[in-house]
Amino acid sequence: MTGLRSIETGHSSPVFGKLSWDAIPFSEPLPLVAGGLVGAGLVALLAWVWRRGYMPYLWKEWITSVDHKKIGIMYCTLAAVMLLRGFSDALLMRSQQAIAYNSPGYLPPDHYDQIFSAHGTIMIFFVAMPFMIGLMNFVLPLQLGIRDVAFPTLNSVSLWLTAVGALLVNMSLVIGEFARTGWVVYPPLSELRFSPGVGVDYYLWAIQISGVGTLLSGVNLVTTILKMRAPGMGYSRMPMFCWTSLATNLLIVAAFPILTATLAMLTLDRYLGFHFFTNEAGGNQMMFVNLIWAWGHPEVYILILPAFGIFSEVVSTFSGKPLFGYRSMILATMVICLLSFMVWLHHFFTMGAGADVNGFFGITTMIIAVPTGVKVFNWLFTMYGGRIRFTTPMLWSVGFMVTFVIGGMTGVLLAVPPADFVLHNSVFLVAHFHNVIIGGVLFGAFAGTTYWWPKAFGFTLDETWGKRAFWFWITGFYVAFMPLYVLGLMGMTRRLQHYDVPGWQPWLITAGVGALLILCGIACQIRMIWVSVRDRHRLADLSGDPWDGRTLEWITSSPPPPFNFATLPRVEGEEAYWDVKSRARDRRQLSDLPDYDRFEMPRNSPTGFVTAFFATGMGFALVWHIWWLVIAGFLGAWATFVVFAWRDEPDYEVTAEEAEAIDRDRRAAKAKLLDIPAERPA
Amino acid sequence: MGLAAVVAATAILGLQGCSSGVLDPAGPVALGNKTVLTNALIIMLGIVVPTILATLLFAWWFRAGNARATYRPDFTYSGKVELLVWSVPALVIIFLAGLTWTSSHALAPEKPLASRVRPLPVQVIALDWKWLFIYPEQGIATVNRLVVPVGTPINFRITSGTVMNSFFVPQLGSQIYAMSGMDSKLHLQADRLGRFRGLSAHYSGNDFADMTFFVDAVPPAAFQRWVAGQRGQGAVLDGPAFLRLAQSDSAARPTGYRGVMPGLYDRVVANHGVPVREVALHGREPKH
Repeated sequence: MTGLRSIETGHSSPVFGKLSWDAIPFSEPLPLVAGGLVGAGLVALLAWVWRRGYMPYLWKEWITSVDHKKIGIMYCTLAAVMLLRGFSDALLMRSQQAIAYNSPGYLPPDHYDQIFSAHGTIMIFFVAMPFMIGLMNFVLPLQLGIRDVAFPTLNSVSLWLTAVGALLVNMSLVIGEFARTGWVVYPPLSELRFSPGVGVDYYLWAIQISGVGTLLSGVNLVTTILKMRAPGMGYSRMPMFCWTSLATNLLIVAAFPILTATLAMLTLDRYLGFHFFTNEAGGNQMMFVNLIWAWGHPEVYILILPAFGIFSEVVSTFSGKPLFGYRSMILATMVICLLSFMVWLHHFFTMGAGADVNGFFGITTMIIAVPTGVKVFNWLFTMYGGRIRFTTPMLWSVGFMVTFVIGGMTGVLLAVPPADFVLHNSVFLVAHFHNVIIGGVLFGAFAGTTYWWPKAFGFTLDETWGKRAFWFWITGFYVAFMPLYVLGLMGMTRRLQHYDVPGWQPWLITAGVGALLILCGIACQIRMIWVSVRDRHRLADLSGDPWDGRTLEWITSSPPPPFNFATLPRVEGEEAYWDVKSRARDRRQLSDLPDYDRFEMPRNSPTGFVTAFFATGMGFALVWHIWWLVIAGFLGAWATFVVFAWRDEPDYEVTAEEAEAIDRDRRAAKAKLLDIPAERPA
Repeated sequence: MGLAAVVAATAILGLQGCSSGVLDPAGPVALGNKTVLTNALIIMLGIVVPTILATLLFAWWFRAGNARATYRPDFTYSGKVELLVWSVPALVIIFLAGLTWTSSHALAPEKPLASRVRPLPVQVIALDWKWLFIYPEQGIATVNRLVVPVGTPINFRITSGTVMNSFFVPQLGSQIYAMSGMDSKLHLQADRLGRFRGLSAHYSGNDFADMTFFVDAVPPAAFQRWVAGQRGQGAVLDGPAFLRLAQSDSAARPTGYRGVMPGLYDRVVANHGVPVREVALHGREPKH
């Protein structure tokens, strides 16, 4: 990488910092072409939006929206787009390894190393996280029977700061380089001495800025769940998804500051010559490894717990039964939440902490398998005696249950220190965490997306293409990752750019075929969305309750009005909406007309977007040491907050009449759904 | 899907015959690792396979179209079932926890192997991107090639002159991190003659993929002859020679040194790797 020479030797100008034409990797066509295509696509999209006159709509209805539903949708969109980026990295790696037996393949190490680092970073921070946070954002207030989250504008700030992180990672593709250190940037490799380029800096600032967004989002959602439930919704009446979201957001609030502090220390090492984790001057690399996993292990539960919640909702709905062992499930969730902080050392048994320490952490890790097993069995007994409808979300859920227990088993296997001593860092480990992250988190995200899509957009997704996508994904997953288990047992370690063992190649080619099957799955999903949008009238959800749901999000219309509920629902049991529905069926009439009252809703605000604009400038400037821009970006972001704090009219009013008019339509649709006489218009 | 699990399990067991992996142990430690691994796997398959089958069976039997299945929408709690779903995994885990605790102690990497044969000490230094092996008693050193007498415990001391790596010979068993400033202990032994593949199992930068080496397990007499042969060839590994070796970034062909500066390994540990002042500022200079 000749282009990086001047960056590494550290020339710096007062105007452009370390940035120069050398930062553009002209010698490497792949990232340039990819970046160019994406850039051209974006410009074309913007031009189209502009020409069609959608710009004001986009600005007013989406970019400046503080509506939790729209923010949730935008989070999920970000995740879906980044999934494409992360998956193309995966295709590059699988094809490289498929051909790199005794051959350099087509990706030189400094490029290949960036790809696997970017793949991990993107998939965790910019796919799995925004997918889960997006679904929580969209669903939580609806399930809790409230009108918005606790801090709507802060919510928008969280979203846009996450987007800044994603943007910075993508910028590194064409301007400079990304980290070549793996996704958890272990020092001393990530220290200036061994990684003098800007790659690690891109990582640090992308994660720090989006991390602020994640932490704020955690605070926001914890507050929402603890303080803002509909009247009557005690903790023991919250839907399971709300419980797992509560656990997740508590973990975010507790764990993300550790990540921020750890990366801040590495940043001090790199920018100001500190020695927290350097080889020399008393630095301690093992401290970093401990700290990063003190965040990193709770992080995997941050990702999987909302998915558990989604599966709970989906399995219960499509089995036509309440969730089996509801209280037991709550207990299991909270035990997982607590235990997730006590197992971090299993990520590095091979550091040599001694038999007592390794044994202790091995056992605490296994204990997590107990509440997780309880969850699986309770889903099993939810299905038992049910009347199961095999819709796409249900397929994802059953696929998850089968796949996840395999991943859980290999996880417990890795938790036995002497087994880990021979499997650590092998592709067996890679297979394990893809087994739980794809089979758990991603399947959960897909189940959730298909399940709540009609609520978000007013029409269901096409089932045929959805099911095709499922079958491609699950077959592709097994074909891609079962060979990696085998290869791990054959002694293949991860992150190899090439290898010299002939026996590995057939398995790696098979894994590559699996990746192609997953590609077909993704193509089916894109087709599914296309077909569904085209046929939206045929697929329309007029009742607001397309799946015969049980929780409060299905009581309102699809899509819900901006304020979700004209009057806050009254909760009298564990399954708030199911109770209302049953009562209406029994009485052959809807509940009595409520007293409509005026209420206030938060106004849209560009605060989030403007803050993100300045944060992007600041992040980019920090990467390239453009100090004036750092100061300008920081002041801009700060000023945006001040302006927001000084606002005069935070809310707009919804009158009782408006609320009533909208609610009458909803009630008419419900009457039709339940086949009971409609009310006469007042 | 359940089928896939069975296929995978069969494939794993079928791999036993496959050479060079962790399922083809060539020493007592690797054998211990493999036994623990298989035992834990079998215990868990006992609960995992029925769970997968039950999932598929329940999902299929209770499908909406099946008139013979009884719909029981009120079956939402059962004390007996709850007792079962908590206690069955708990019992399995208690059993596994016992296995974990005892095996963690029995196979602790820092624990010397019980043997009547006098162990051979070897000092290992991970460098960019190669392995330096020092035989302190023989006063020789090799790069990327480790020759050991069969049936003899090897007492490894492992450190890094550069970033973190992991010293791993799959067929001999347990790996351990090589970290600058740390003096990790690992005890392995080869019980059969042969050539075993070794590698770094922790990513360490550009030429990481080439950071492989061979372990040749030879009869004790052949080992003595090899040592004698080594003493007669190559250079002496003193301070400057070590720095030259440390700074040549590419993975080296197996080479040897006929002599080693005494205390070199301890100095590398004490200096936390190759000191900055003795190499250029950024360590990894751009290639020309």
